[in-house]
Amino acid sequence: MSCFISKYADELAKNAAYIGTPGKGILAADESTGTIGKRLSSINVENIEENRRALRELLFTAPGVLQYLSGVILFEETLYQKTAAGKPFVDVLKEGGVLPGIKVDKGTVELNGTNGETFTQGLDGLAQRCQKYYEAGARFAKWRAVLKIGANEPTELAIQENANGLAMYAAICQQCGLVPIVEPEILVDGSHDIKKCADVTERVLAACYKALNDHHVMLEGTLLKPNMVTPGSESPKVAPEVIAEYTVRALQRTVPPAVPAIVFLSGGQSEEEATLNLNAMNKLQTKKPWSLSFSFGRALQQSTLKAWAGKEENLKKAQDALLVRCKANSEATLGTYKGDAKLGEGAAESLHVSNYKY
Amino acid sequence: MSAFVGKYAEELIKNAKYIATPGKGILAADESTGTIGKRLSSISVENIESNRQALRQLLFTSPNALSYLSGVILFEETLYQKTSDGKPFVEVLEESNVIPGIKVDKGTVEIAGTNGETTTQGFDSLGARCQQYYKAGARFAKWRSVLKIGPNEPSELSIQQNAQGLARYAIICQENGLVPIVEPEVLTDGPHDIQKCAAVTETVLAAVYKALNEHHVLLEGTLLKPNMVTPGSDSPKVAPELVAQYTVTALRRTVPPAVPGIVFLSGGQSEEEATLNLDAMNKLEVLKPWTLSFSFGRALQQSTLKTWGGKKENVGKAQEAFLSRCKANSEATLGKYGGGSAGGLASESLFVKGYKY
Repeated sequence: MSCFISKYADELAKNAAYIGTPGKGILAADESTGTIGKRLSSINVENIEENRRALRELLFTAPGVLQYLSGVILFEETLYQKTAAGKPFVDVLKEGGVLPGIKVDKGTVELNGTNGETFTQGLDGLAQRCQKYYEAGARFAKWRAVLKIGANEPTELAIQENANGLAMYAAICQQCGLVPIVEPEILVDGSHDIKKCADVTERVLAACYKALNDHHVMLEGTLLKPNMVTPGSESPKVAPEVIAEYTVRALQRTVPPAVPAIVFLSGGQSEEEATLNLNAMNKLQTKKPWSLSFSFGRALQQSTLKAWAGKEENLKKAQDALLVRCKANSEATLGTYKGDAKLGEGAAESLHVSNYKY
Repeated sequence: MSAFVGKYAEELIKNAKYIATPGKGILAADESTGTIGKRLSSISVENIESNRQALRQLLFTSPNALSYLSGVILFEETLYQKTSDGKPFVEVLEESNVIPGIKVDKGTVEIAGTNGETTTQGFDSLGARCQQYYKAGARFAKWRSVLKIGPNEPSELSIQQNAQGLARYAIICQENGLVPIVEPEVLTDGPHDIQKCAAVTETVLAAVYKALNEHHVLLEGTLLKPNMVTPGSDSPKVAPELVAQYTVTALRRTVPPAVPGIVFLSGGQSEEEATLNLDAMNKLEVLKPWTLSFSFGRALQQSTLKTWGGKKENVGKAQEAFLSRCKANSEATLGKYGGGSAGGLASESLFVKGYKY
C-alpha cells in the first residue's frame, strides 16, 4: 500500500469505525486551561483545578448521556483526573462504551509574512507523548489546524503548511496506536458568501488528502473534523438544507470513501443551529460513504454550563441539559431530529467569537 | 465551488452518470491507424480505410450488443465514417443510446533524463478540436497517460507531468461539452508484486485528484479509467478476489465519491481474466460510491477479430463472439457473471510489453 501499515492497523480501523457509529458522536471537552478559564469566568466560576474537574465530572457522569457518545476528547490534565469518589475519568468513559481521546497540539503561531495566518505546533516529542497517552487509555487524538478566508487568504503557504502539519501528526499518531482526527478548520469569520466557503473548503480538503497520502497515512484509521460549509459570520444566514447541500458536495468532491466518518466541528454555531444542520445533512439523499456525525464543544456544553453556574444544587438541571443536546445530536446523525429538543437557556444563542483561539 | 461550472455543466453530469449506468460499459474502439494496423495484420487483413470501416461496422451493428454499452470511444477517422448503407456510425450508436466518444491525445513522448518515462501530447488546438468533435456528435473524450513501475519509477516528475496533463486536458474538454475520461495507466510490465502495484496506483491516483482539484475540474462530470491492481507481468498471477480487494481498496483511498463511475482498462489481460476480475470487484461486499465498469479494447475485441479473419462470411459468427463478451462484461458490472463464456480465444493473454497505441 502507499500507506504505512503500523502494528496498530486493525485496532485503528476498528476504533475509527466505532467512533463513526450511527447515533453516536464526540463530545469535545478538550479546552485548554486558558480556554476553559474563559468559560468558567462567563458563569463566575474560579478557574482552579477542582472546578475544572467538577465540570468534567458533571459531563461524564450525566445519566443517559454516554450512550449517545462514541468518544470524548480530553485535555491532558483531564486524562489523569478522577471523579470525587476516586474513579479515573478514563474508566468512567470506557465503562460507558466511550473511547477517550486526547488533544495533542500546542496551539497556533503566526506564519511570518502573512496577514495573520497560522500554523499549528506540537510535533516535538509527539511520538513519546502519544505513547504515554495510549498507556493512560487514550485511543484517538485531535490536532486543530486553522485557516481563514480573506481577500488573499488562505494563501497557498498556509494551506500547505497546515496540510503538512496535519499529515505528520496523523502519521505519528498511527504509529502509536491513536486514531488521528484530522481537523482543518476554516474560520467562519468574514463577509464572504457560502460559495466562497465551499470553494476554500474544497481546496483545503484536497490539499489535506494529498498530504495524508504523501505521508503514508492509513485513511481507514483516521477521522475528519471539518467545518460545515456556511456563509461568513457577517453574511446573512441560510437554511440548513442549503448548508447541507454545499457541505456534503464539498465532501463528495474531496474525501475518499476509505475515511469511515466525518465529525463536524460546530464553529460559532448555536447548539440548535449545529444540530439542525447536521440533521439536514443526514436527511440528504445523495452519496455519503462516510458517516456524518458531530464533535462538538461549545455546541454541546453551552446550556449545560449556564444551567450549572458552578453550583452543586444545579447539578441535575445541568446534566439534563446535556442529555437534551446529546440526544438531539444523536438523532441528527440519523436524520430523525424533529427540532423538538427542549431548548435550554442559550441553546439558540450564537457561540461565535471572532478569530477564535482555544 | 473550486470546480468550474460552465455552460455544459448539467449535460456533463448527465452524460457521465449515464455512461456509468450499472449493466453497461464502454467499448474502446479508438485504436489509431498504426495500432489497428497491427491488429489487422495479425489476421492477415490489409490496413486500408475500407477494412477499418468494415471492422467497426461489424462491431457497431452486432445485433443486441449495443444494449450492453453506454459508450464507444472512436478514433478521429471513425467519427466521420458511415456504414456501407451510408448511415453515419455516430447515428448508429445514438439510435441505440450509446454515447460516441473520441480519443483526443496524440500519443506519448519520452521525458528527457528519465528511464523511458513518458508524457502525453495533444494540447495544441485541443479546445478547437473538442468543439469540432462535439459538433460531430461526440460527448466524451479520452486521453491516455502512461506510467511504469521500476526501481526508481514512477518518478515524481513523471507523476506530476502526467497528472497535470490529465487535469489540463480534462478542463479543456469540460469547457467544450465533452466528459473527460481520465486515464492514468500504470503499466503491468515488471516483476513487482501486487502490493507494489497498489502502492504506485494509490500514489498516482492521489496526485491525479489533487491536480484535478487545482485545475477546477468538475468531478461529477468526469470518469476514471484506471488499471486494475495486479501483480506485474513477470510475476505469478493471483485470484480475481485478490485483484478485486487490492483494486477496490486503492480506489476507496483515493477516488472521491463525486466521481460517478470507474471504467477499467484491461491492460494485457485476456478477455476472460478481465471479466472475472471486474465481476469479483462488483461482488465485493464493501462500500463503493462509484459504479465499477469496463472500458475495454482488446479484452472485448480479441475473439471477435480472430473469428472474423477479414472474411464477409464470418461476420455473423464474429458478431456473436462480440455479443458474448459484451454480455459477460455487463453481467460482471452487476457481480452476476457465472463464468463460462470463455472460448479458447477468450483466455488468451493480450499482454504486449511496453504497450503503445
